[in-house]
Amino acid sequence: MNSEVKSKEIQLAEARGIGVFRHGRWLIRDVDLRVDRGNIVSLIGPNGGGKTTAAKVLTGIIRPDKGTVTHAENLRIGYVPQKLQVNSTLPVSVRRIMQLTQKCSNQEISGALEEMGVLNLIDSPFQHLSGGEVQRVLFARAMVKKPDLLILDEPAQGLDNSGEANMYDHIAAVRDNYGCGVLLISHDLRVVMAKTDNFICLNHHICCTGTPDHISNPEEYERLFGEVAHNALALYHHAHDRRRNNSKDSVRQAS
Amino acid sequence: MFDDFFIRALVAGIGVVLITGPLGCFVVWQRLAYFGDTMAHSALLGIAIALALQIHLFAGVFSVCLIAALLLGKVSNRSELPIDSILGILSHSTLAVGLILVSLMYWVRVDILQYLFGSILSVSTADIAEIYLGGALVGGLIIWRWRQLVGATVSEEIAAAENLRPVQAQYLLMILLAAVVAFAMKIVGIILTASLLIIPAATVRQFSKSPEQMAIFSALAGVVAVVSGLCFSLFADTPSGPSIVFAALILFIIATLLFKLVHYLRNRNTHHVRLGP
Repeated sequence: MNSEVKSKEIQLAEARGIGVFRHGRWLIRDVDLRVDRGNIVSLIGPNGGGKTTAAKVLTGIIRPDKGTVTHAENLRIGYVPQKLQVNSTLPVSVRRIMQLTQKCSNQEISGALEEMGVLNLIDSPFQHLSGGEVQRVLFARAMVKKPDLLILDEPAQGLDNSGEANMYDHIAAVRDNYGCGVLLISHDLRVVMAKTDNFICLNHHICCTGTPDHISNPEEYERLFGEVAHNALALYHHAHDRRRNNSKDSVRQAS
Repeated sequence: MFDDFFIRALVAGIGVVLITGPLGCFVVWQRLAYFGDTMAHSALLGIAIALALQIHLFAGVFSVCLIAALLLGKVSNRSELPIDSILGILSHSTLAVGLILVSLMYWVRVDILQYLFGSILSVSTADIAEIYLGGALVGGLIIWRWRQLVGATVSEEIAAAENLRPVQAQYLLMILLAAVVAFAMKIVGIILTASLLIIPAATVRQFSKSPEQMAIFSALAGVVAVVSGLCFSLFADTPSGPSIVFAALILFIIATLLFKLVHYLRNRNTHHVRLGP
């Protein structure tokens, strides 16, 4: 069965009814997922709830055992994994990592690194970077060729508070500037609520979906996230109201 | 020029290490050292089968190595045993079965030692042509698919997400390794084949700044090992295959010590600066 179909009819990528069965149980089941151009879709949910699995299926890294994945024709994906550990015997500089999957000009490389504020690391061995630097470089790498669809798996991992806020600002800016679609996996509800267009809460199945303004299944959402959820939403609405006056300020507030 | 057995040995040896060097980098990067050893040991089974069926040695060795590699890939995903145990079982049992099969074929008169320890001094001009033709093919494939191979090595996930087909890259690597084992076997023998993959790559790791550089340096380190090893075997009258591996080892030790020394000197200097007034 060919689960990955190319189609002209969809904007970027869509997964329908996907399920992944491993070691005698369904990691995810009956999950629908769709990202359109200029759209930030956030996957939230408890640890081990299948967020990464769902993202990998949509990306085409994992073949689903059930359901279909459809990609737009010639879809170019930029993928930022949760972590990347390169064997210490493999000598790779940041410059070389930037060209991992495609050939790039020096200008493209330094431009992408500059945007993330890590141009000074260009000739450093990749294995010597700190956790936060790795995240920034991986983000720059995924963006270097301006992909249509950006998949980010916990991109703020290892970043401090201001770095985290910065990263989410970047994600929003990238979407605004290049109009790409973004699938964002995050555990930080506050940020998700401030930046996302749609969110999907995943705990092996889809618990609830919605926009920050509207949650399809508020009881389940509250049950899963409890106090944090409440605060995040309150913060979102707080930030959302202020955004009309001063958008930059509200971004800071929210994150 | 090719009349002289020593020149022929040099040319053949260089042809082989120019390929095992770069390919060996992947063996080191992906921690496939035992895997390479297992593949090489299974080559004897390939020789036995080739002799029994009276087909070309290369065809026998290549196909058995490839089957062993593919089997390993399948088995290691499902088995309860850790991969190194599986490798240990397969590595030695294929060697044992190969030895038994060859000894059972009383109608074929073969000198098993030349397969186990190599016979570089007896390579013919035809062997050399075979090595360079095959080497050009393998080398061409490595260059053509370089980005895909390195990408799959660095991150299978990123490679898969961004259309580099890492699974295809791994299959390609297995095919190339099987082919190279069949060539290298002639030079240093089945027992020592994996050393030509591992030692040159390990020797140059510390001096390389990029994967591309490491591949080239590794090929050069292999050439130095072949030339000095063969010269050593000529003057000291030692077996040629083990002498090449011995030379590679000496080179590895020198490189490691040299790197440590440079590192030490550099650190000592910075230490002085820090402690100074």
